[in-house]
Amino acid sequence: MIKNLKKQNVWFVFTPYLWLVLFFFVPLALIFKISISVSEWGMPPYRDLFSLSENGLEINSTLGNYLFIFSDPFYIRSYLNSLSLAFTSTVLCLLIGYPIAFYVAKSKTSTRNILLIMLIIPFWSSFLLRVYAWKVLLQGSGIINSILIHIGLISEPISMLHNHYAVILGVVYTYLPFMILPLYGYLVKFDLNLIDASNDLGAKPLNTFVKVILPLSLPGIVAGSMLVFIPVVGEYIIPEMLGGSDKLYFGKIIWDEFFVNRDWPIASALAMSGIVILVFPIIIFQLMYAKYNFKNE
Amino acid sequence: MNKLFLKIFTLTIGFSFLYFPILTLIAYSFNDNKRVMVWKGFSFRWYKELFHNEQILEAFYTSLKIASLSATFATVMGVMIGFSLTRISKIPARPFFIFLSSSPLVMPEIILGLSLLLFFISSNHIIGFPSSKGQLTVLISHITFSVAFVAVIIQSRLSSYDKNIEEAAQDLGTIPNMIFWKVTAPVILPAILSGWLLAFTLSLDDLIVASFTSGPGANTLPIVVFSKVRLGLSPEVNALSAIIMLIVILAAISIYLINRSNIKK
Repeated sequence: MIKNLKKQNVWFVFTPYLWLVLFFFVPLALIFKISISVSEWGMPPYRDLFSLSENGLEINSTLGNYLFIFSDPFYIRSYLNSLSLAFTSTVLCLLIGYPIAFYVAKSKTSTRNILLIMLIIPFWSSFLLRVYAWKVLLQGSGIINSILIHIGLISEPISMLHNHYAVILGVVYTYLPFMILPLYGYLVKFDLNLIDASNDLGAKPLNTFVKVILPLSLPGIVAGSMLVFIPVVGEYIIPEMLGGSDKLYFGKIIWDEFFVNRDWPIASALAMSGIVILVFPIIIFQLMYAKYNFKNE
Repeated sequence: MNKLFLKIFTLTIGFSFLYFPILTLIAYSFNDNKRVMVWKGFSFRWYKELFHNEQILEAFYTSLKIASLSATFATVMGVMIGFSLTRISKIPARPFFIFLSSSPLVMPEIILGLSLLLFFISSNHIIGFPSSKGQLTVLISHITFSVAFVAVIIQSRLSSYDKNIEEAAQDLGTIPNMIFWKVTAPVILPAILSGWLLAFTLSLDDLIVASFTSGPGANTLPIVVFSKVRLGLSPEVNALSAIIMLIVILAAISIYLINRSNIKK
């Protein structure tokens, strides 16, 4: 450890430090400021927090934007929809991804390397285009409808796009590699002899799984779930491309408040509440999990 | 036998799910019909149109430029953060520094984009910089969120390797700057490379932050593609997907082959 901050280390610390203060912290502070400002017509479309007038210093601050958001079930529902989308898709990714990761990790080395490459390819290819692929597939004249009609399950194309099931499908599909790769990372280090040992000692397969395999892959499960849950909470692209008006999500609401309604204070208040409602729980969970791990070690 | 069947069954279903949409898209990119899903015949028509589409080509060039610059700056600063947090104990307001360097990881892109856009607008009002939204503002934004990802990779590499090597160099009288360049940097080189690659893809793939912070003349590829497919389908985008998939597959195979020959050595 370098104890004293010598001259040559100063720029090493302060270049990124200043950058993050300027372009990460100040912008966040700014949306906080705008979120407690009063909106008005003009550019920028909000009143200055402090203004000097004939009556002296005036403070134009309000909690009205927050009160407005939380008195309208429309906004509250969008937060809940986003949380439930993130939760549902994380669980589905885990249920689908775990067996895949498990069997890939258990394959022979030569097969395993090829399968691993096949897992990485969708991971590296464009996110937007993979969502678009589902838009193509789920069209009324799309291939899935054609197959269903061909085998006689349905007689006319059914509408599969523009509802929240399509959104869940799109999210699970695009985020599945984010779940599988960390799971694989832990499962591949896992000593297969432990399964044999557990079997030899008379444990049933289910017991072996619950008591031996699952606890040892827990860090992978947590890492994978975080990688899916965190970005899905603020997801905008997938609901916009595959979703309809049956469920609205937090990301789209902010986007519309800003770009369509041009209401900066409400958009900022939504973003600040989003940080408190959606991001803080994740940070608290990570801190608790780190503590739990620390205790167990 | 039963177990083997279960394994093959799971892997077949799993990989079909991952690949079926991509492969369908590639197959339909050769469809000679403006209506994407109605098969008319095999042709390279959409590839020709793609290569004559100035808007897409220009956006592709812009994206590559921003992504390589952003990845380079983010990697330099990510290394600085990783090194500072693992090797320098006396940092003013250290917990705040840790907070700054890790929270972009959990911040939804939409909030990041919104806050940066509002920041650029106000700073333009106050000091006149940046003069307009464009490639520079997108670049600054991409660097800001990529730095955190690179820093995590570098930090985990630095905290897992043996610090005694650095102390040995110190005991032998090497000056601290030299220790970094001659001892630490070579050890973390793989982490630096994977950090750069991650930052590059993050920037290339980003639609949300770029949509907020870009302006005229700074349309990145995802912005152009999104505007084409937001409301409908586009056969040119099918062709583009096929090309991107081909690039990714070739890159993945060459990395695999390089790794294999390294292991054999």
